[in-house]
Amino acid sequence: MAHEHKLEIFRGLLKFKSNTQKIWGVLIFLSIVTTVEVALGIVKPRALTHSYFLGMKLLNWIFIILTLVKAYYIAWDFMHLRDEKTSLRRVIVWTPVFLICYLIFILLFEADYIYNVYKDGFITWNF
Amino acid sequence: MDATVSTGTEDSVWGGGNRPLGASYGKMMMWFFIMSDALTFSGFLVAYGFSRFKFIELWPIADEVFTHFPFLHGVEAPMYYVAFMTFILIMSSVTMVLAVDAGHKMKQKSVILYMFLTIIGGAIFVGSQAWEWATFIKGDYGAVETNSGRILQFVNAETGKRIALADFAETLPEERVKHQSNEGIWFQGEGYKTSYSLNEVVAGFKATPNILVRGEKLNEEGEKTLFDRKESLAKILEAKQVVEGANLVHNEYGHRLFADFFFFITGFHGFHVFSGVVINVIIFFNVILGTYERRGHYEMVEKVGLYWHFVDLVWVFVFTFFYLV
Repeated sequence: MAHEHKLEIFRGLLKFKSNTQKIWGVLIFLSIVTTVEVALGIVKPRALTHSYFLGMKLLNWIFIILTLVKAYYIAWDFMHLRDEKTSLRRVIVWTPVFLICYLIFILLFEADYIYNVYKDGFITWNF
Repeated sequence: MDATVSTGTEDSVWGGGNRPLGASYGKMMMWFFIMSDALTFSGFLVAYGFSRFKFIELWPIADEVFTHFPFLHGVEAPMYYVAFMTFILIMSSVTMVLAVDAGHKMKQKSVILYMFLTIIGGAIFVGSQAWEWATFIKGDYGAVETNSGRILQFVNAETGKRIALADFAETLPEERVKHQSNEGIWFQGEGYKTSYSLNEVVAGFKATPNILVRGEKLNEEGEKTLFDRKESLAKILEAKQVVEGANLVHNEYGHRLFADFFFFITGFHGFHVFSGVVINVIIFFNVILGTYERRGHYEMVEKVGLYWHFVDLVWVFVFTFFYLV
């Protein structure tokens, strides 16, 4: 049970005195990340929208990575996975992560294939 | 906090009563539910990704779709409102953790206060989502749909800004009657009647030389393809009907699947928030009545807290994939 709390985040870089303080610290961090996301979404720096990594814009990679960072802190500190047993945490996290990665891989590849069929195949669109 | 009963067989691993994962039955089951719900949501989001990758060149640009902020009419404010909604939800997550924390310390009064704030935050979020839906359904500038189901939007040639149907459509001496399903074949009713008929829009377009048509296809800059005046005049003849706003069949912002997924996924998430608020209200009253004080622990608050944070977690992903990426 979550009676003892682990009070450090960022791998021990930041230590809080109480659980309440840690909650506010995480809130500030999540707010900063959201602000960065929204600012990037509004500004859309050219350097990030015109360079690609693995077929996706760098900007989108940044958005997705920041989202995963936010998800990590929501799960670890708000859902207090940090205070749970390692075995419980691994069961909860890795099972969906594995299944979701599989799903993403299979569906996005299929969709890209269909896109190419529409583009290069006999079916054309008159947009 | 221990719900297990001593059976006298604690020494034997197979005798029952031991909790290798250190979580009570109720909490384990909440985690089970959250995992299956997470897989449901990822199924939806990945299906959205599937459709988007399939039509990657003509997906609507979210910045052009969600540009409104309440009470600021005519001000282009892309994403500010969703950012506000995200912040509200994170904030209500924080008050929820504070309630759980106060519960561990058996402070009934604080739990009541924090649960109350959480409920308020959830209500603001659901209300914001309703407003977002209403704005999306009502539409912005209006567009026409071609025979092949593509959307043509209108742009002012000089300023490059979008132009509303009302700004150029002519009023023709014709009467346009809403087609009801009882006046024809039952499946051919019309959901709504547009402000202008197709003839009025086409006539107005031909009469106003400085308007261009914009297609759905995105160019290298990530902007929609703009046709010149000659192409535009040819394109407008393909138009089949006027579209105002978005619903499950027509979507003035672009591809209709965008609207379908928007309604489905944010709707499903909004329903989660709504049920989360209901559950929070129930627990809130239980706390006031002192149920958990008598029980000796506030684990129930922790369990609904897990659900509430999960709703927040899902929103983080919905926010990214609908509004940012």
